[in-house]
Amino acid sequence: MTPAIELQGISKAFGPVHANKDIALRVLPGTIHGIIGENGAGKSTLMSILYGFYRADAGEIRIHGTPVTLSDSQAAIAAGIGMVFQHFKLVENFTVLENVILGAEDGRLLRPSLAKARKELRALAEDYGLNVDPDACIEDLGVGFQQRVEILKALYRKADILILDEPTGVLTPAEADQLFRILRRLRDEGKTIILITHKLREIMEITDTVSVMRRGQMTATLPTASTNPEDLAERMVGRKVLLRIEKAPAQPGATVLDVQNLCLQDATGVARLKSVSLSVRAGEILGIAGVAGNGQSELLQVLSGMRPAQGQVWLNGQPIDIATPRADARTRRALGIGHVPEDRQREGLIMQFSAWENSVFGYHHDSGWQRYGMMQNAAIRQAAAAQMHRFDVRPPNPALEARHFSGGNQQKLVVAREIERHPQLLLIGQPTRGVDIGAIEFIHQQIMALRDQGTAILLVSVELDEILSLSDRIAVMFDGQIMGERAADATDERELGLLMAGMAPAGGA
Amino acid sequence: MGKMPNWADAVLVPVISLLLAAILSALVILAIGEDPLAALQLMVKGALGSSYGWGYTLYYTTNFIFTGLAVAVAFHARLFNIGGEGQAMLGGLGVALACLYIPWPHWALALVGATATAALLGAAWTLLPAYLQARRGSHIVITTIMFNFIASALLNYLLVNVMRPKGSMDPATAKFAEATHLPTLHDMLAPLGIAFSKSAPANISLVIAVLACGAVWVLIWRTRLGYEIRAFGHSEPAAHYAGINATRITVATMLISGGLAGMMAINTTMGEAERLVLNSVEGAGFIGIAVALMGRSHPAGVLLAALLFGFLYQGGAELALWTNIPRELIVVIQALVILFTGALDNMVRMPLERLFTPRKPSIKKG
Repeated sequence: MTPAIELQGISKAFGPVHANKDIALRVLPGTIHGIIGENGAGKSTLMSILYGFYRADAGEIRIHGTPVTLSDSQAAIAAGIGMVFQHFKLVENFTVLENVILGAEDGRLLRPSLAKARKELRALAEDYGLNVDPDACIEDLGVGFQQRVEILKALYRKADILILDEPTGVLTPAEADQLFRILRRLRDEGKTIILITHKLREIMEITDTVSVMRRGQMTATLPTASTNPEDLAERMVGRKVLLRIEKAPAQPGATVLDVQNLCLQDATGVARLKSVSLSVRAGEILGIAGVAGNGQSELLQVLSGMRPAQGQVWLNGQPIDIATPRADARTRRALGIGHVPEDRQREGLIMQFSAWENSVFGYHHDSGWQRYGMMQNAAIRQAAAAQMHRFDVRPPNPALEARHFSGGNQQKLVVAREIERHPQLLLIGQPTRGVDIGAIEFIHQQIMALRDQGTAILLVSVELDEILSLSDRIAVMFDGQIMGERAADATDERELGLLMAGMAPAGGA
Repeated sequence: MGKMPNWADAVLVPVISLLLAAILSALVILAIGEDPLAALQLMVKGALGSSYGWGYTLYYTTNFIFTGLAVAVAFHARLFNIGGEGQAMLGGLGVALACLYIPWPHWALALVGATATAALLGAAWTLLPAYLQARRGSHIVITTIMFNFIASALLNYLLVNVMRPKGSMDPATAKFAEATHLPTLHDMLAPLGIAFSKSAPANISLVIAVLACGAVWVLIWRTRLGYEIRAFGHSEPAAHYAGINATRITVATMLISGGLAGMMAINTTMGEAERLVLNSVEGAGFIGIAVALMGRSHPAGVLLAALLFGFLYQGGAELALWTNIPRELIVVIQALVILFTGALDNMVRMPLERLFTPRKPSIKKG
């Protein structure tokens, strides 16, 4: 059978960095092909070449046996390739119909195009089970439906090869299931699908064949049925990896953090936190699960002192001021609250500062790091070098600016800084977002070790796997509320998924 | 972001910018029928060829160091203090008040006192813009430039109506007392056996300016405040995460910046004019922006850039005096230098960066 996509010897270098090296790939029509690899392995570069964003330095692309030159995305669309980006490219205040025809209008007048699109959408909905109200405004649709619109856009442009880049990052497990159902249907109708992901579980669940990329090279292409997650992880990283952290049962002590009726309104008056109550004890990890944007970020911001709110918060039984502007992040740190922020590049690090300058960021008032207002740079530099050694930050060069480290090593810098203070309470947001598997393993071990030393840990993550493997108790947030709380060993993805979608299962809190 | 070796960033970019400006200036001079090489020779001779020339060059340099440092400090907090002009005017007022109304026993004490009042008033002039920026989001570029006009009107009023000695036709204060007159470079170098022109205005303020460079370096790279200023300048969200108070940093940075701009007045008002005259700043506040840009906001860079602009100022004055090149064209040349080293900085930087670093993917890796 002629492959739908055939790549031969694709290479792309950015200066000395070989993002893609001699890549060969054959994807048969009517299959779902997964591409898996760590950050920077070259997945996105390869897909950008396939979608005409980059031109390969060498190599050949054949679509259904015909050699093609993909000089821009128009050419890719003409060749029947559609792309669904991780971050949707939709006009928020347009209707579904208007978004679908955007850039594919037939003439200067909209009416005929809209009528034609309406008919085609109906046909597509019937063929693939892609039901979306064509007159709904994008901003009124849930994320799962917005993603469907992206798929519809591609199909409307006659794509028969669909590339999806990390499509489940923003979905609840239930929405992801629906997406997979749609993808299977598309495949059964003869479409070819390429799924880029870093989630091993998804590869196993939905793909027919899988390719592993590592350091710009395609290290393996195999039928999914003949492999398993451990094998894939090892191929991705190049060594054996512990996928699930081994943890001893928690030995929870006294309550460290007690939050009652926390409420927050944003500048436009929308309630972001609706009477949130929770507590964390010493030596335990409370995981906050939820789809991104349901109040978890705000919860971290309030508790870390970055944002005032209403409600009561006690730390070790002492009430703390969360309402006045004086309650800033500095006073919160002085109380022993550490914070690994969700976005390390925007908040956790000053990207232009060297690693050693970042190693005291937020703690630069400490008597060890400054005296009479003068920074003790020599001492800081020395301590940072030792810390980077302990956390295996690579390269171990304290003088290097933070922006020149990889994502995983940047995160290690932040985690090291916050963990080594031995806080009473550690707030962690998305500890392993954009971090490669090897570093994830290490960071998880460090978090667990801190728990075992008696720190109370509040963990926010959109990765349900991460929440399940690290937490002792799990609270699920939806629309600014805690939908329910479960012991980690007494729940599963299914139940949490329902809570994440805002549905309280019978007997739920 | 491309990564360029530090030396290229610090040396190559300004040198190439300067060469481009020089080439363009040469073309302009050619176009009006004069000889660019002769003009350059005249500038060098006039600015650097005699101790008299040096005396003027260093006098201008002193002004530009102060205003350049003022802009540079604010740049580190990503604040664009465009109001050096007004702050320096207020500095002049501070100098005048100190010198006119306090009977100083010795110039050294007078210098300390006048420096303090100059810095104080210069700083005070930034307080409102800084506060409005920090708490109300009024853009500091707009407010500081508007404060230039207010300063100018205020000085106008004070010099015409309040501080002008009775019977004088000149909108200026009375001459300062003898005890406040600062030693010139001639006075300072004479004991060392170096003969320096007696009529050149460069004075001990130059030493204060160089010391200020050192102080700013310590402030920015060695103090906790400087650490917070830089952190705030690089990333406001990160500074907020670290508990750095945005209002405090904005106000503190602008006060320091305004203080430095105000200190310029010890050179012009106390050192040279020995009285406060109208328009004593003469655009040095704006030159400070170019100086800071060219000096990469680093005190050493500011020092060198200030020297270059001092040279251009004095050389330009000589050019106007001895050739048919009109005064306006000198301004054109100066403007070209400012344009290339300041505003068009990226024009040189980006191709250079591309030269040093290979292209990187512009699309986020997933």
